[in-house]
Amino acid sequence: MGWAIALHGGAGDIPVSLPPEHRQPREEALRHCLQIGVDALQGKMHPLDVVELVVRELENIPHFNAGRGSVLTNKGTIEMEASIMDGRTKKCGAVSGLKTVVNAISLARLVMEKTPHIYLAFDGAEEFAKEQGVETVDPSHFITAENVERLHHAKEANIVQIDYSTQPLQNGTKKETSVVANGDSQLGTVGCVAVDSNGNLASATSTGGLVNKMVGRIGDSPIIGGGTYANELCAVSATGKGEAILRATVARDVAALMEFKGFSLMEAANCVVHERTPKGTVGLVAVSAAGEVATPYNTTGMFRACATEDGYSEVAIWSAS
Amino acid sequence: MELLGFGSLRNPEKESQGSRAEGEKMGGWAIAVHGGAGVDPNLPLERQEEAKQLLTRCLNLGISALRSNLPAIDVVELVVRELETDPLFNSGRGSALTEKGTVEMEASIMDGPKRRCGAVSGLTTVKNPVSLARLVMEKSPHSYIGFSGAEEFARQQGVEVVDNDYFITPDNVGMLKLAKEANTILFDYRIPSSGYETCGSGVESPLQMNGLPISVYAPETVGCVVVDREGRCAAATSTGGLMNKMTGRIGDSPLIGAGTYACEVCGVSCTGEGEAIIRGTLAREVAAVMEYKGLKLHQAVDFVIKHRLDEGKAGLIAVSNTGEVACGFNCNGMFRGCATEDGFMEVGVW
Repeated sequence: MGWAIALHGGAGDIPVSLPPEHRQPREEALRHCLQIGVDALQGKMHPLDVVELVVRELENIPHFNAGRGSVLTNKGTIEMEASIMDGRTKKCGAVSGLKTVVNAISLARLVMEKTPHIYLAFDGAEEFAKEQGVETVDPSHFITAENVERLHHAKEANIVQIDYSTQPLQNGTKKETSVVANGDSQLGTVGCVAVDSNGNLASATSTGGLVNKMVGRIGDSPIIGGGTYANELCAVSATGKGEAILRATVARDVAALMEFKGFSLMEAANCVVHERTPKGTVGLVAVSAAGEVATPYNTTGMFRACATEDGYSEVAIWSAS
Repeated sequence: MELLGFGSLRNPEKESQGSRAEGEKMGGWAIAVHGGAGVDPNLPLERQEEAKQLLTRCLNLGISALRSNLPAIDVVELVVRELETDPLFNSGRGSALTEKGTVEMEASIMDGPKRRCGAVSGLTTVKNPVSLARLVMEKSPHSYIGFSGAEEFARQQGVEVVDNDYFITPDNVGMLKLAKEANTILFDYRIPSSGYETCGSGVESPLQMNGLPISVYAPETVGCVVVDREGRCAAATSTGGLMNKMTGRIGDSPLIGAGTYACEVCGVSCTGEGEAIIRGTLAREVAAVMEYKGLKLHQAVDFVIKHRLDEGKAGLIAVSNTGEVACGFNCNGMFRGCATEDGFMEVGVW
């Protein structure tokens, strides 16, 4: 028992040849966000507040596909979405189609706490944001040169693509071997799960979605049970191929295996990722009420970081082996 | 928690056979439809009759289709289109109204065999949301599209579109007014609650759902689940959502795993308090206990209704790949009907 935290910055076909200038800032960012989360948990902050705090930080960092640094729709615009869930009460909040809200995850939290609803989207969500006085900016704030380039590549190849598998401005751009012609994505999203020493669990996920996605496309990140789930046993945040995560209700499935088949966190997480979803589509981070952590993925890599109260900590992209 | 009017329909013939042996007659088609959970106990008899007639008509539509060997996915779409077109229930024409007096519709559809799915939200001009959801599943690279993007997709696909007025009925205009009055008198959701209270729990008072008195609540959602002769399951759900909802509010109906789910073993469509259904990932839950606990369909439905709703009020219909059908609800009534290939057919409200 004790606190535990895990966070991710996306799973996908992250080439092991990823050049240092792309790898290091992300590793640094993961380390930074992990520290923020750890400090908060050590300061006895409630996990729901911790996951929101960490995801806000990830959203603000332009290297990940959420908030600033979100990938672009097929019209070159930004549409962000997020969801958050409290394990003990199962209260949840979600938002989609945000264009001006600096921190989508915080708006999701406000939906959870200040409305009778769970999920608000597009104009209605933006309107709610204004009513709540949350920080909003011009949409251009979220757009980075890298993502403009990625969209350009995607349009040329005429696919809806993952954001990490092409590195813009790189010589001999890596072939997107893992991109399927019908446009399924394999990467994106940031997320955080945490548990305190009282077994309170929470999960939060946020994303800009898929590069070159249709305007209005909603992925798994704001879907409770899909990209985000937390109950009294565990908290899960998933990343990868949105459509695959949705149909397999990935986040819920981890909890269901624990509950109905008595699997441990590790067994459940591994089962979902390695046996119940197609290879190359999913990664997740999860913590259990007992303070365990699991971070399995069936893609080439997953940007992640985790730590537990007994001193274990890791920041990684690929497997040790 | 006391179960109010808990109901469960199942094929009596199958039930009397006790636990069926392996290799016994498996399959045969089965179909169930619903027109919403949570019924005003004072609902005039004529309205109840109207509802039963519509459910019967829709069942028969589905039954003919199944007899002509139409696949489950086509049958659920067909039946839900009929429910959307008829103004009686809260979907398509006859949808509940947003706080601004407009209609915003959503729907989802799922095909069991490969768990393909499609969903839409925030539709304002599309005559049949369930059909657009199907097109998202089959003609787009995505699974869920909402609002202006969905409307645009609808135009690209050439589906039938009409003015938003088409969907608005005088009944619902009246209901919206009552809902607004009720909210002012009873409570204001914008006043922050002090603790983590369950969404939708308001002042203790006569029958309420989603914080509205049952008389103005308006049953949410229509849905259909089907298993065809090949054992393929499918499910579809469609709704105008919650009366007096905030614009942009998305409920459970378009959310895969919450309002709708279909996989190899079953097809499920839910209705009731959206927030409770989402929190309980209700549709997925039925499938999960069948898969992971080995429960049979009606046991799974019973379990989910009893244990997964806490204070929430909801109902669901479900079919299994072995040709069974079951319904369950923990609230005051659910408009529903079901039929199986061996001749069983039942339509009910309470």
